[in-house]
Amino acid sequence: MSEPFFALWVYLSSTPLLWLSVTLIAYAVADRVSLATGRNPLANPVLHSVWIIAAILALSGTGYKTYFEGAQFVHFMLGPATVALAVPLYENRRAVVRALGPMVIALIAGSLTALASAVLIARWLGAPDAVVASIAPKSVTAGVAMGISEQAGGDAALTAVLVILTGIFCAIIVTPLMNLLGLRDWRARGLAAGLAGHGIATARAFQVNEVAGTFAAIALGLNAFLTALIVPLFSGFMK
Amino acid sequence: MIVALATLLLCQLAGEIMARGLSLPLPGPVLGAALLFALLMIRQRFAHRLPREINDGSLDTAAKFLLANLSLLFVPAGVGVVQNLAVFRLHGVALAAALIVSTVLALLVTAFVFLAASRAMGDAGADEGAPKP
Repeated sequence: MSEPFFALWVYLSSTPLLWLSVTLIAYAVADRVSLATGRNPLANPVLHSVWIIAAILALSGTGYKTYFEGAQFVHFMLGPATVALAVPLYENRRAVVRALGPMVIALIAGSLTALASAVLIARWLGAPDAVVASIAPKSVTAGVAMGISEQAGGDAALTAVLVILTGIFCAIIVTPLMNLLGLRDWRARGLAAGLAGHGIATARAFQVNEVAGTFAAIALGLNAFLTALIVPLFSGFMK
Repeated sequence: MIVALATLLLCQLAGEIMARGLSLPLPGPVLGAALLFALLMIRQRFAHRLPREINDGSLDTAAKFLLANLSLLFVPAGVGVVQNLAVFRLHGVALAAALIVSTVLALLVTAFVFLAASRAMGDAGADEGAPKP
């Protein structure tokens, strides 16, 4: 690289502008591909923009801290977007109220399944207590999951990684799995996605069907609440 | 647009204050969503006292715009995961197996319990599913 170009790179690579642009462009590309494939689950835009950006960071020797200074503006919008979930919930409130009873039962069953199966499998495969506690809240939205994990003696950073991976895996698997089983009820599909794969699967659900997205959002909220209540009870049993 | 965004932020702010103040096991934005829902329920009754944008569709449009691009908002956290993959050096197999099997089980149990419970409670819409959006 020539001197002036290098100086420009040194300047740009340390400003939020560059990494914010990279985040938006990588996502725009990944989202175009996802649209072009008719929202094929394997073309999940989160998965693909993540590895593209990670590769750019690795190639340019940029640390996550520098990257996040730009990306934080996108990350920040998660809060207002969560608030915005009230709008489709309001629009579909009649469908939600009609399904209230079955919904609550399904969410309690799903929440217990997500928690107990993760704990039992990890334990059975020989993971130590701290690791088991870290994976217990894997289906819960990241902020709450990290709190739950720490409280139960887990590692919040490991939990954050597991939560994101769970969300991406769930967003990819939910459509083929439900199609395979011939399950066509958008409410059931949405609830399952939001419960097992929190916000990332909820985002997927909104791309497929608004009713599915609404029910996913409810499941995401209630699962955070239920798991936060259940884990303190559970951690006694885990010891 | 500005009033709509400010409304979303204000709901989140109020949600954060409630969550911290009452030490509730829910994140501020989730409480913020509950507050926005309450606002939507009463917005027509108080239309003359609320800013125009709450009722003229601006708020709904801004919210839908954010939700249509919800996937984007998880990208920065996702990139952080790639940088932390080293946590899998130990117990990688146990973690991957637990994650995959447990996610599939949670999907199946939630969906099938919902369908079974709707049928038991006499919901004709079960199976056909789609209440039209």
